Order: sequence, then C-alpha cells, then structure tokens
Amino acid sequence: MIRDTLALLRKDLLLELRGRESLPAMALLAGTTMVVLHFGLGRNTVSGSIASGALWVTLLFSATLGINRLFVAEQEEGGLDAVLLTPIDRTAILVAKTLTLFIYMTLLEAIVVPAFDLLLLGPPLWPALLQLMGVLALANFGIATVGAVVGAIAVQSRIRDLLAPLLALPLLVPALIASAKSTALLFDASGPSQIPGRWPLILALYALVFGLLGVALYDNLLDD
Amino acid sequence: MTESPTVHGRGLRRLAFATALTLGTAYSLVFFWTPNEADQGFIQKIFYVHVPLAIVSLCGFMAGGVFGLIQLRTGKRVWDMRSYVAIHLSLMLATAALITGAIWAKASWGHWWVWDEPVLVSFLVVFLLYACYQPLRFSIEDPERQARAASVFAVVAGAFVPLNFAAVRAAVSYTHPRTLGTTTGGMPGSMMLTFLVALLGMSLLFVTLWKFEMTSKNARMRLASVKRRIERDMAAGGTA
Repeated sequence: MIRDTLALLRKDLLLELRGRESLPAMALLAGTTMVVLHFGLGRNTVSGSIASGALWVTLLFSATLGINRLFVAEQEEGGLDAVLLTPIDRTAILVAKTLTLFIYMTLLEAIVVPAFDLLLLGPPLWPALLQLMGVLALANFGIATVGAVVGAIAVQSRIRDLLAPLLALPLLVPALIASAKSTALLFDASGPSQIPGRWPLILALYALVFGLLGVALYDNLLDD
Repeated sequence: MTESPTVHGRGLRRLAFATALTLGTAYSLVFFWTPNEADQGFIQKIFYVHVPLAIVSLCGFMAGGVFGLIQLRTGKRVWDMRSYVAIHLSLMLATAALITGAIWAKASWGHWWVWDEPVLVSFLVVFLLYACYQPLRFSIEDPERQARAASVFAVVAGAFVPLNFAAVRAAVSYTHPRTLGTTTGGMPGSMMLTFLVALLGMSLLFVTLWKFEMTSKNARMRLASVKRRIERDMAAGGTA
C-alpha cells in the first residue's frame, strides 16, 4: 500500500516535472492575483486581516487551478484505466493525489510567501515565520484532502473546469476562516501575537474529516 | 401489469391533508394567537416562516446525504433519485429561507445582509455549495456514473453542513437569536408552541412534496418502460 502510494506519487511528480502543467500556472496566477489585489485595494502595503485575506485569496485561487489539473492526465490520456487495471488499492490513489496536491501547495507557498512579503506585506515576516509555516502546513492538508475529493468528482463531469472551483471554494470556507483568522494575528501591524488553539484545531479536524470522507468514498468515484 | 404499486404514492392524499391542516393551524396561530414581540413588533412573525424553512432545508440536505450513502452502499438507483429529490427541494426551501432571512434582517437590523451573523453566513455557504449539485449532476451523461458522482457529492456536502456551521459560528460574534439554544427559555409558551407547529407543518410539507415528486418520477419512468415494451411487442407482432 505504501509502496503503491509512493509509486503513484512519483508518477504524478515526474509528470509535473516533465510537463510543468500545474505549478508554473499556479505560481503565475498567484503573482497576477497579487498585482490585481494591489490595484484593487489601492494599497502598496497591507497588514492585519487585509494582508491575511490577500494571502489566502491568492493561495485559494491558485489551489483551485491545481485541483482542476489534478486528474487531467488520468482523464485525457486514459491513465486512470491503466492504474485501475493494476491490483492497486483505491485508497493508495487517493493518498497519492492528496500528497501530490499537498506538495504542490507547499512548493507554491515557498514561492508565494516570499513574493507576498516583497510585494504587499507591510509588517516584517521573520518574527511570524515559524507560526505561519505551521498554519500553512495544516491548511495545506485541508486543501489537499478536499481537493483530491473535489478533483475526483469534477473530473467525471463534462464541465470539469467550471465545477472544480465552484465546488472547492465553498467546501474550503471553514479552512479559510481558521487560516485567515490565524494569519491575521501574525500579520498584525504591531507585531505577531499568539494564535488561539482553536484555529489550528479546526484546521486539523477539517483535514481529518475530509480525509476520512475521501477514504470512505473514493472507491465509488474511481470504479468502472 | 403486476408490478408492485410504488411506495412513494402510498398515503399521499392523507399526508397532503395533514400538511394543509398543520400549516393552516400554524399560520392561523401566528396571526391570531401569538403576541407581537415587544422589540420588533409584527415583523418578528416572519420567524415562523423563516426558521422552519431553514431548519427543514438543512435537514433535507442532510437527508440527501444519507440517501446518497445508501445508494453507494446498495447500488440501487432509486436511492439516488431520493437523494436528488431531497436536495433539489431543499435548495428551493433554502432560497426561500435566504429571502425571508434577508427581509427579517432588513426589518429588525436595518440591513438586508449582516455578515457578523453565523447562521446567515453559513447558510449562504451551504447554499452556494448545493447550487453546484444540479450542474454537476446533469453534466454527467452516463446514468451509472451520474448516480455515483451525485451521491458522493451528497455525502460530502451533507457532512460539510454541520462542520461549516461550527466553523462559521466560531468565527463571528453572536447577534443572531439562538432559536433552539439559549433564548428558548426566554420565549413565551405560546410562541414556542406556534413555532413547533409551524416546524411540524413545514416538515410535513417537505415530505409531501418529496413523495409527490418521487411518485411522479416513478410514474414517468414506468410509463416510459411500458411504452418501450408496447413498441417492442408491436415490432415483434409486425414481423411475425
């Protein structure tokens, strides 16, 4: 099971490394969103809840792109049929897709957060960096578990590109609330303050619930 | 035609009478018996429409999720149909709940929309999510896949409903009346009773409409199959 998962993960990452279809687009969209936010908000620097909102809007929009592309290779090249012909547990596919998305988001944030600090963020990033990384990691798990399920649902449909963001964004609202509330404290103009324990708790719980839902339901999405 | 009569049509007439009676009683009580609320006056009576609508639609969404789960477990298409009808009726009730909620908000807080109000906001998020159900469903042609994808959506979204309410409630300050929580004790008995009758009436209305639509869908499907059989028989008779 672990070997299968790793093999599938390696396949996804290799595909991305060779084809470069998802991550560059996600990073570009994030950069463009920040430019749009600069003009849309009419501000050169942001702090507090505006900064937090700007960061999460940027990340979520890019995430929907990634979710959208998650199953494209499977669908367009018939890769899924090939994978389903092998005696691989369906759960391994889910876990591999979740990890793929998690890695995409982590890499994306490695680009976006410094760029955000450079372009928009008012207060210094360094004092808040450790806590921010914690929040981002937890949020990534939520985004990855939701994204793997939504991607698998949306890919069944003719209008996949339309549905993936429309399904993913409302489903991600609870994760967004918890992460945005947390980072608003970190980006406060008067310096970062301690995040109350309930927000990380909500994020972790959220990832857990969707992870379990995914495991319970994936068989039904990928069979046939 | 020895097929068993559809379960959905059974008792529909009696149920419809009960619904009309309960709803009629509820709204007669609202107009002629319950006192006007001291603070908000007459407009508060929209409460007896708005809250039952919201509660019944949320329960309908979750029922859709349960039906979806049964569909996935048993593989029987009828459960998918049940899930679909429950969700799409709930979506209509949810639309009505949003509109009545906005009217109430305008009348009592002076704004059509109030963000610092967890119930309204989570309701909107749930509504936006379920608004994607029909586009998803009808953009999948293969009936088998359609049933499965729709059921998976119904289960995921059904589980999301309480989660979302908890998260949004954690995020904002409390201004919304806690209908079933802290203020229940403060509500006069006549209001509580009327509210419960209205809630019962709305639930009955939901079940009636659901059964009605299931009956009609079943009848249409059986008609189509009978038509196909007749055509087949005629074709066979023509060649023999």
